[in-house]
Amino acid sequence: MLEIKNIDVFYGNIQALHGVSLRVNQGEIITLIGANGAGKSTTLMAISGIVPPRSGSILFEGRDISAMAADEIFKLGLCQVPEGRHIFPELTVTENLDMGAFLRRDSKGIAQDLEYIYQLFPILAKRRHQPGGNLSGGEQQMLAISRALMSRPRLLLLDEPSMGLAPLITKQIFDIIRTINQEQHTTIFLVEQNANLALQTAHRGYVLENGRVVMQDQAAELLSNTAIQKAYLGI
Amino acid sequence: MYCYAPMEYFIELTFSGLTRGSIYALIALGYTMVYGIIGLINFAHGEIYMIGAFTALIASSVLTYLGLPLPAILILAALAAIIWSAAYGYTMEKIAYRPLRDAPRLSPLISAIGMSIFLQNYVQLAQTADYLPFPALIPEFDFLEPYAGIVGSTDLVILVVSALGMIGLMLLIKYTRTGKAMRATAQDKKMALLLGINVDRIISITFIIGSGLAALGGVLIASHIGQINLYIGFIAGIKAFTAAVLGGIGSIPGAVLGSYILGLTEAFATGYVSSDYEDVFAFSLLVLILIFRPAGLLGKATIEKV
Repeated sequence: MLEIKNIDVFYGNIQALHGVSLRVNQGEIITLIGANGAGKSTTLMAISGIVPPRSGSILFEGRDISAMAADEIFKLGLCQVPEGRHIFPELTVTENLDMGAFLRRDSKGIAQDLEYIYQLFPILAKRRHQPGGNLSGGEQQMLAISRALMSRPRLLLLDEPSMGLAPLITKQIFDIIRTINQEQHTTIFLVEQNANLALQTAHRGYVLENGRVVMQDQAAELLSNTAIQKAYLGI
Repeated sequence: MYCYAPMEYFIELTFSGLTRGSIYALIALGYTMVYGIIGLINFAHGEIYMIGAFTALIASSVLTYLGLPLPAILILAALAAIIWSAAYGYTMEKIAYRPLRDAPRLSPLISAIGMSIFLQNYVQLAQTADYLPFPALIPEFDFLEPYAGIVGSTDLVILVVSALGMIGLMLLIKYTRTGKAMRATAQDKKMALLLGINVDRIISITFIIGSGLAALGGVLIASHIGQINLYIGFIAGIKAFTAAVLGGIGSIPGAVLGSYILGLTEAFATGYVSSDYEDVFAFSLLVLILIFRPAGLLGKATIEKV
């Protein structure tokens, strides 16, 4: 579905990614784990067209999107929930969700999806008229994921969904991620510092170190790999 | 012959203040919307208002020559001014600000000052540096005859038309898809991009709306005062900018509130003290409010990003 081939990404003169290659197959959850500053978020920003790669290619269903504008990429069905959630603080919960469906014209489908989301997250239904900025961290993460779902993404890019959340809330969020993958058949690209949780959720995983992919395997294999256990799982 | 009672005088000054405030508000909205969405003080915004007045003057001359009735001339001339000024605002953003979107914040500011000087000189060359008489496009209403000393027809038209313009803007921003996208873009540009919102287009729309409102203000005030020149944009622009800062730059209700407060302050200063002191009072008020509320009346205190 998504194939990244050998991309180099720069911020000014500083190279953040060195020849990163990876692929995401239809219907799976893949995860990209790595330390702070390894280039995980940069990879997502390159896919979304916010920081286009200087060389290499990004193919989405065979089409090169590496030089496309962010809104064009979004139209193909790639939606990102960035690190830090980026809720519009002064828009209400409903208005935030509306923004996820900004490009859609099927008001019936939008209403259906809104219903589905309020079922998935009853707390959002309860707070629908409150400004997004008043929500707790966990609620904001739910809203951020829901807002992305409102665009009916084919590939959902999630950046650090567990950041700053209590363990119980984090577990809830990851359960929802699995549900979305199973019920909606949404393919998910998960970037996460909590490698343990990410590898338990994902089918396959990639390990990023200093802007380079150093390992890739089935998630279960990575979980039992001693080097990974030492470096990322704290075992 | 009118003999003023203190109460009548007070009401007259109130109307005069509200009229001024309405015009300031129509201009201040453009400042505050543009600041809200791209963090730029568009110093050329006053020139858009001036160009609106000139456009209306040209349009009304043609329409008068064609022999149209007065209300039709007013409406068509205002429409011409709004459309023409909106085109200027759109173009200005595209050539002077968009290329500097990712530049240091000082660069677009200097570009804006350059744009302001350019537009003034352009009007001076294309039109004239002298005062031009502006026809009284707003008709006199008979039903206001008994209140002639208190509120004039032009005051009433300015109050009503600008109120309608502001209500329209509020509804647009609160309820329409574009309005929500404008707010979303102002709050988090990167996220708006990630949701497929064409941020460049939203910014263009912001300039178009702001310019249209300023042009409407230009037509109304020119018709009220009866003359225009190429510097009216500079003076009105500074005042409206003051009003926007007073109310909290970036806040739309703030710009409206600040404008009415500034208009009323000036009217009462003129009426009870002297017209020589209207600016002294206006700017003293600004200084006082900024001492006690640095972000303006309805502005939010934010961390300076410079």
